[in-house]
Amino acid sequence: MTDIAPTAPQAPNWRATFRKITNSSAVTVVLAIVVALVVGAILIAAADEDVQRTVTYLFAQPGDFFVALGQSIGGAYAALFQGAVVNFGASSSGAALLPLARTVANSVPLIFAGLALGMGFRAGLFNIGGQGQIMLGAVFCSYLGFALHLPVGLHVIVCVLGAFVGGAIWGFVPGILKATTGANEVIVTIMLNSIAGFLLGFLLTLQSFRVPGSNNPISPMVDANALYPTFFGTPVSVGFVLAIAAAVGVWWLMERSTLGFRIKAVGANKDAALTSGMNVRTTYIWVMTIGGGLCGLAATAPLLGTPSQALSVDIASTFGFDAITVALLGRSKPLGTVLAGLLFGGLRAGGYMMQAGTGVPIDIILVLQSVIVLLIAAPPLVKAIFRLPDPSRRHKVRRARGMKASVARSEVTA
Amino acid sequence: MKLELRHITKKFGDFVANDNIDLVVEPGQIHALLGENGAGKSTLMNVLYGLYEADGGQILLDDQPMQFAGPGDAMAAGIGMVHQHFMLVPVFTVAENVVLGHEPVKGPDLIDVSKARDIVKQISDRFGFEVDPNALVEDLPVGIQQRVEIIKALSRQAKILILDEPTAVLTPQETDELMSIMRQLKAAGTSIVFITHKLREVQDVADVITVIRHGRVVGQAAPTASQSELARLMVGRAVDLSVDKTLHQGGPVALSVKDLSLVEPTGRALLEDITFDVHKSEILTIAGVQGNGQTELTEVLIGLRKSTAGSVTLVTQDAAGRAVTTDLTNQSVRTILDSGVGYVPENRSKDGMIAGFSVAENLVIDQITHPPFSRHGSLDTRAISANGARQVEQFDIRTDTAQAGMGTLSGGNQQKVVLARELSRDLTVFIASQPTRGVDVGSIEFIHGQIIAERDAGAAVLIVSTELNEVTALADRIAVMYRGRFVGIVPPDTDRNVLGLMMAGIAADEALDLTRQESYTDQVQSEGVDHD
Amino acid sequence: MTTINESVSNAEAARRAKPDQGSPQIDHEFAGLAPRSWKAPIIFTVLTLAGAVVFCLTVDPGSISKVSVRTGTPGIGDVLWSLPSLITLTVMTVIMVAMTAWAWRQAIVRHHITTWYGVGFGLIFVAAFLVWAVSGEDSALQVTALLSGALFLSVPLIFGAMAGAVCEHVGVINVSIEGQLLGGAFLGAVVGSLTQNAWIGLLAAPVAGALVGCLLALFAVRYWVDHIIVGVVLNVLVTGLTNYLFSTVLTANSDVFSIPFALPVVRIPLLADIPVIGTVLFNQSCLVYIMYAVVILLQIMMFHSRWGLRMRACGEHPRAADTVGIKVNRTRVLNTILGGAIAGLGGAFFTLATGLAFGKEMSAGRGYIALAAMILGGWKPKGALLAALLFGFADNLQNALGVVGIGVPSQFMLMAPYLVTILAVAGIVGTVRAPAQEGTAYKG
Repeated sequence: MTDIAPTAPQAPNWRATFRKITNSSAVTVVLAIVVALVVGAILIAAADEDVQRTVTYLFAQPGDFFVALGQSIGGAYAALFQGAVVNFGASSSGAALLPLARTVANSVPLIFAGLALGMGFRAGLFNIGGQGQIMLGAVFCSYLGFALHLPVGLHVIVCVLGAFVGGAIWGFVPGILKATTGANEVIVTIMLNSIAGFLLGFLLTLQSFRVPGSNNPISPMVDANALYPTFFGTPVSVGFVLAIAAAVGVWWLMERSTLGFRIKAVGANKDAALTSGMNVRTTYIWVMTIGGGLCGLAATAPLLGTPSQALSVDIASTFGFDAITVALLGRSKPLGTVLAGLLFGGLRAGGYMMQAGTGVPIDIILVLQSVIVLLIAAPPLVKAIFRLPDPSRRHKVRRARGMKASVARSEVTA
Repeated sequence: MKLELRHITKKFGDFVANDNIDLVVEPGQIHALLGENGAGKSTLMNVLYGLYEADGGQILLDDQPMQFAGPGDAMAAGIGMVHQHFMLVPVFTVAENVVLGHEPVKGPDLIDVSKARDIVKQISDRFGFEVDPNALVEDLPVGIQQRVEIIKALSRQAKILILDEPTAVLTPQETDELMSIMRQLKAAGTSIVFITHKLREVQDVADVITVIRHGRVVGQAAPTASQSELARLMVGRAVDLSVDKTLHQGGPVALSVKDLSLVEPTGRALLEDITFDVHKSEILTIAGVQGNGQTELTEVLIGLRKSTAGSVTLVTQDAAGRAVTTDLTNQSVRTILDSGVGYVPENRSKDGMIAGFSVAENLVIDQITHPPFSRHGSLDTRAISANGARQVEQFDIRTDTAQAGMGTLSGGNQQKVVLARELSRDLTVFIASQPTRGVDVGSIEFIHGQIIAERDAGAAVLIVSTELNEVTALADRIAVMYRGRFVGIVPPDTDRNVLGLMMAGIAADEALDLTRQESYTDQVQSEGVDHD
Repeated sequence: MTTINESVSNAEAARRAKPDQGSPQIDHEFAGLAPRSWKAPIIFTVLTLAGAVVFCLTVDPGSISKVSVRTGTPGIGDVLWSLPSLITLTVMTVIMVAMTAWAWRQAIVRHHITTWYGVGFGLIFVAAFLVWAVSGEDSALQVTALLSGALFLSVPLIFGAMAGAVCEHVGVINVSIEGQLLGGAFLGAVVGSLTQNAWIGLLAAPVAGALVGCLLALFAVRYWVDHIIVGVVLNVLVTGLTNYLFSTVLTANSDVFSIPFALPVVRIPLLADIPVIGTVLFNQSCLVYIMYAVVILLQIMMFHSRWGLRMRACGEHPRAADTVGIKVNRTRVLNTILGGAIAGLGGAFFTLATGLAFGKEMSAGRGYIALAAMILGGWKPKGALLAALLFGFADNLQNALGVVGIGVPSQFMLMAPYLVTILAVAGIVGTVRAPAQEGTAYKG
């Protein structure tokens, strides 16, 4: 019999991470974004030729340096903002708000895939396979879009369902493997991403997936009838409405349905779920399949959105990986995911503008995203950077605080 | 070496685990630290061993004040500790475990294996431990693992040995062997701090007894103190842990287990040919040392593991009083729960509850798919809350609200939640494994009362416990398990020594014979002690 | 001192002679009841059937499969075999049928087949595939080139797998191998170009990997962020950084930063003269020889040295390590950085070994494959080496068969190692044990 009562079992660690992210205050999020922007600023300045030139005579004429610094960073971030939110230089108010519309349109695939991965996280599943699931969804969606010729309305519905089914199939595979053989979903989904890429590449070598007479590995465009209707001629389409509806649906599923209860129970404590008579295996299969389907829906954004893209090997872009950061930033909750999707969608939209306007490559967006997520996962680091008081470090002790907290709890309990 | 702790205080947040504790251990003394679960004994020793830093107070060795920044410092100063949960790396050999941290090295950082073996052999031979230095620790029985821990401490020239609840995992006989090892060590000049909550052992081996309660020293006692005296000091009030109940003969059979076996893919048998019945209105307790198949048995009964042979049958009576049998062999947990079996798992925090969920949610996790808690795949949150409030009231669960997080409750209250969840259903069979592990005395009494009440209401009850006191207190019949087999089923008034021998695998009648001899050897022994 | 035990010991002597409970003893009386494992025979059957149907039935009965082996040894001529395709394939199929039958028999009597048996079966299947693939083609399959190319392509996978093994054994899951490879490739190339010396570049490559390792250690060990999350995000970070720097600094000043330098290929005298093997193993880039040294060193040191014992203790039972005075988190940090450095060194493959300038995302997911190889290899350097070689082989097979020109779409060839990995994690890995406490934070 212990003085230290058995503490909660070591949950896979990233669940604790999610809890941490969940508990992180809005302050942490804001500060994390600030740090990310500072890191980005350093990179922008370092790569700027004017800055590089003026730094050589920094002590002679510091003014030049700081002007160059301000111009490079200010210019880039101004372009980023104008590309993501409001373009002040636009001729009409409609054009001024076009960037915002692009941001919203960009957020659609991120929201769909982010919801999927967030749902997996809450079930204790680390689905890295968004990329492959999107590709499969794209294959189905695109084929139905250009091979069939259906009436307005119906065609969109068929394509959307097809995308869901395609992604769901690709999500089902790791789900069933995890359920029946215990195969680690991280490895399996990574492998399936590559396999999906090759499969897509192969399909695009087939005549039935090519523009007749063309030798390029690009499919025909989907029928006009299959496109999402747009609002007021902006890139914002019904796709965004669907994404919001999906968020509401996932909220209901997780918070109000029996399956959601099961998913959360399996994620929080698999053993207790088993002991309570829940079927953990089917839960895994459900989560991965539904998640795959949602990822598949992400493919509808480039295919059925405006401007529409044809199916190519790059159709999934990096949505599947970005979705991981979106889900993490969104705390695996639907509302958070929508907001995080909008933020990253905005960074994407602004990134293109920044690249076109100031020559700062869009790759810097990846840096910003990863820095934000890393910092949000480690609030004590953010607090340390800003020298904020960390309530957990009040007591002067050798040991880190987590142990103490858990010991304290169990000591009281025992 | 003389050890002195002065005014040791240790806080975890607002909780004071050790409050101004003073303790003196003289050289060559066996000093027992007696206290309930959670009294702060292990915390104190972890402070002494450098695992925690004290918030106040001083540690003195031979009157020299010491500062331990970590276990390394404590070990260097001559303090060794055998933790309750062994600090052995299972995939390492005995020799590797013993030398870990002070390895003999040859050549470019390579471990001198023969020297490491010699270290083990030398100490092992000196005390007659019979430990094979080349064996993998994970292959060794717990009793031997404990000796490896002692060798580990002695190989570092420990002058003071802390033994934290060392008997929790041992059979009564292995416990006796440990006691004799402790006496040998003492004779060799080692001081021993012996942490326990078992009064019998304290009386047997200790020179001085210090009793700790709620983080404070509440008294010292000589080993001659009576058990009831020690118990009162330990708990703070007079305790009567015997349960008030009448023996039941039991009604018709409710659960029938026949030739149940569980064999691992490697061919290792975890359960072999287990056959028993539990009757309506009867408590059958299963005694045995931890790890003899009790856990596996309950897991097979509830459907968490699939047996490889044998059958489990549930028997109920229909309205006309005719027996209706249901085959539960290798059914899913869902089916078994739904057919009227309740289950309290052995490891509460791992299998019995979800710390991140609310109390109300925890009260329904095994019925969440059923009305009134859900209909057509949709949760009825109102029904879940109402049920939570009701159970919190009925089972005296100490929490402000049923919406509070399960993780914020004390161990005893968490266990009440688990119990409430199971007992609130209409049960034919109730299975509980270690129902009072890590639970305070007040809750133990309450939980025992609920179990008896469930029996009196007509359920067939199966209790697994490694605490002999609990086994005898609750049982209408006692089954003893050893290495996956039932050694025998005996009445509740069976002599403790007989039960102890059965727990070591000796059949009941043979055990009875042996205890008759033993009463003779006991006399010889006590005379021997007198002559010392 | 006469205690009960002595009286017990007579009655119990026989029982105690057996190992006690907790040991994996086999109770022969019940061994017959152990559940049967059907996985291996089922997989064998599927492969054999596929082989029989696809290989034997689709091959042109009159065609010839040409196989060329270059010995690389002075005085021993090269070999060119012209095998009758159908007969060769039939013989191989018969062997596979026999092996499958035996696997079924073993399963029925509840025995397990060994890993080597599975490897042997796999080799025959691959050989049959090759004979089928080149049947009727004019040019021969260059076996020696296939193997030496496979070894070369395995290099980053092997370094990555070693890095993974070091980190996992100390208790840190390293998913950022990809980022470490990429970082190593980048810094190695840039420093090599700046100093106009591939060797100095080779010294810089592990520094980049170690930096990524530092970040992994910072977040995983110091701030207890989940290891997989940190790993994935660090990969994004390194990709973003190197892409950004490539598009800006490297592109703008390619004459300074992007001059390709290659490590020399060295033919080791005598050893390289061993027929076939010599050419494959000892006529390679210097990085390959460094790889040999790293694998051998790790295999020995991990399991027989003080360093290895302590670091594995931290991965298996950190608290036990702490109680004997080992600084768990410091050990974890240092070894995670070491692991990062090893992967960084492997990153030099992409630039310094191949003699290419740095390109965007040139590690192309190899880090993830390396992780899979490490798991497939049972967390041991030796096993990881074999698994990484398998992936390298599949990678190069596609090149080799591309030269011969066969009918199988290249995408399916490329897919093969990924499919094998999935089969492996679904079928095999359950039997190997990972370090017990990998991926958990040690909070003292």
